[in-house]
Amino acid sequence: MGNVPSAVKHCLSYQQLLREHLWIGDSVAGALDPAQISVLINLHCFQPYVSGFSVSLVGSVACIHWETSQLSGLPEFVKIVEVGPRDGLQNEKVIVPTDIKIEFINRLSQTGLSVIEVTSFVSSRWVPQMADHTEVMKGIHQYPGVRYPVLTPNLQGFHRAVAAGATEISVFGAASESFSKKNINCSIEESMGKFEEVVKSARHMNIPARGYVSCALGCPYEGIITPQKVTEVSKRLYSMGCYEISLGDTIGVGTPGSMKRMLESVMKEIPLGALAVHCHDTYGQALANILTALQMGINVVDSAVSGLGGCPYAKGASGNVATEDLIYMLNGLGLNTGVNLYKVMEAGDFICKAVNKTTNSKVAQASFNA
Amino acid sequence: MAAMTKALPRRLVGLASLRAVSTSSMDTLPKQVKIVEVGPRDGLQNEKNIVSTPVKIKLIDMLSEAGLSVIEATSFVSPKWVPQMADHAEVLKGIQKFPGITYPVLTPNLKGFEAAVAAGAKEVSIFGAASELFTKKNINCSIEESFQRFDAILKAAQSANISVRGYVSCVLGCPYEGKISPAKVAEVTKKLYSMGCYEISLGDTIGVGTPGIMKDMLSAVMQEVPPAALAVHCHDTYGQALANTLMALQMGVSVVDSSVAGLGGCPYAQGASGNLATEDLVYMLEGLGIHTGVNLQKLLEAGNFICQALNRKTSSKVAQATCKL
Repeated sequence: MGNVPSAVKHCLSYQQLLREHLWIGDSVAGALDPAQISVLINLHCFQPYVSGFSVSLVGSVACIHWETSQLSGLPEFVKIVEVGPRDGLQNEKVIVPTDIKIEFINRLSQTGLSVIEVTSFVSSRWVPQMADHTEVMKGIHQYPGVRYPVLTPNLQGFHRAVAAGATEISVFGAASESFSKKNINCSIEESMGKFEEVVKSARHMNIPARGYVSCALGCPYEGIITPQKVTEVSKRLYSMGCYEISLGDTIGVGTPGSMKRMLESVMKEIPLGALAVHCHDTYGQALANILTALQMGINVVDSAVSGLGGCPYAKGASGNVATEDLIYMLNGLGLNTGVNLYKVMEAGDFICKAVNKTTNSKVAQASFNA
Repeated sequence: MAAMTKALPRRLVGLASLRAVSTSSMDTLPKQVKIVEVGPRDGLQNEKNIVSTPVKIKLIDMLSEAGLSVIEATSFVSPKWVPQMADHAEVLKGIQKFPGITYPVLTPNLKGFEAAVAAGAKEVSIFGAASELFTKKNINCSIEESFQRFDAILKAAQSANISVRGYVSCVLGCPYEGKISPAKVAEVTKKLYSMGCYEISLGDTIGVGTPGIMKDMLSAVMQEVPPAALAVHCHDTYGQALANTLMALQMGVSVVDSSVAGLGGCPYAQGASGNLATEDLVYMLEGLGIHTGVNLQKLLEAGNFICQALNRKTSSKVAQATCKL
């Protein structure tokens, strides 16, 4: 089996677990700390009470990943951009208190994640959940090696963000005129003008700016979005100075074919190293779409712990792809992320309890007993 | 670490050319995919609430109308083990048998096979595993002994002109043994194929697999059994089912098992989900321009029907997104 850790197997006895898997979490990020070991010791594992066709399981599991041969052609390292505190919480109905948000982000900072999108300096009239943006930005502990970008829809938001201590910002464009109009009340062209102001000011102050392109694989109003349009908008954002463009399947309608076609178009104009994908799991397609993007060389992926956030365009539907499920796949593929899955699951458990909801992460569902 | 060092040279060699291979694999996806609907059997079998015979029959009829060409109807197993399947004979006799649709049933042993034939079965399935421990715990014998049992069924099926589909469980991991070698999966698959199964469905029983492991396993199996005789049966316990299925399609597999509404939990991880939802699979295949013959709208209706009967929410994301609350 080698010494690549394959974490807790939920049906082995816990004695066997400790014998074989003390290095859980050590694969690509951080060794198991004593607290985690004591949790494992308390795991009851599998107790069969019926032979034959059904078996009962008592206990929980941190994660499972197996030693694997590298899928050829994939990037060696994948950077995960954690958008739970912003994109995730923004779409949650329950308003989360400021101190909980801060605690949540502090926990995420200790998982190995290197980029955590903290909040949005948008008017509280539009997004009440983000009303405490300044307090959150000032209140979090900024760990060395971790970056904390914030959304800044306009110059006013940008200045507030900087005053609150932001050292990285994001701007949100869209590949759909209708979406742009409905979302930020202006055309794509007008929005580019606003973003240009923000990005130029940011660059002037040596603050990196990340650009998002919404509706990259489909729009709730226009339906199909051409890859050419996505390319055009991405190119505008890149040439005005955004260091990275995150291509968002905002309503999760994309499938591997449309992902491939869109990326092929965008990659003709923007270097691979400057691209990221932001897949929503509204139709269960996120991981398949992300796999496709990885196969095309993309190595930056956005996700939200616990799959936080619903979809404002499809009531009852899910939203972001869950960071835990993403890490599980990347670990299984043998790709480095630097992130400790177990710690992410703990952070997910924390925020789900705070928001009083069950996790959208399948890995977490399989690992923690209800 | 030794394993990392072992992996490193492979990563460095010809990355650019390898990338070209993996992206072009999208162009070699099958033009059509046969979906084997296992909701009425694998799905219901793992649902806590017992569903009445008329409801089961209606579900299967609705699935037939949705355009699915293979619907696994029930399991001729002792009701002592699987109470949900106690009405197997009534279900098989009660469903409408649409022309062009096959309704395989599970037959774990000769007795079950004979009962199935008596009830009108034209196709049966047998369930092997790539894990000794799983076989022992599940059907109380070794893999070798299980082959002897299957042989009896296959011989009887051959005489009666009945097709047999083989399943191999635990192909990407076992809840008891942990890691399963691709070579073992290839060995068991080859045996079932050579014994006379026309198709072998490779099951990630506990859903632990990820695309790289799926690829390794299929590479080994495809050296022994032609791709056209293979199917994948991915469980979504860790959210990996669709990504794993995509990888299988890229490798040339064109038969995929799934369950309407993602019915069925996982008996090995309480609270976890089970099968890949047929709706979500169809959504992806349609988006890829792959022909399935399935009417998604009618499929959604069938899923909605059974979820109401089971008093549970659907596990299909497509169904969740489409339902207006």
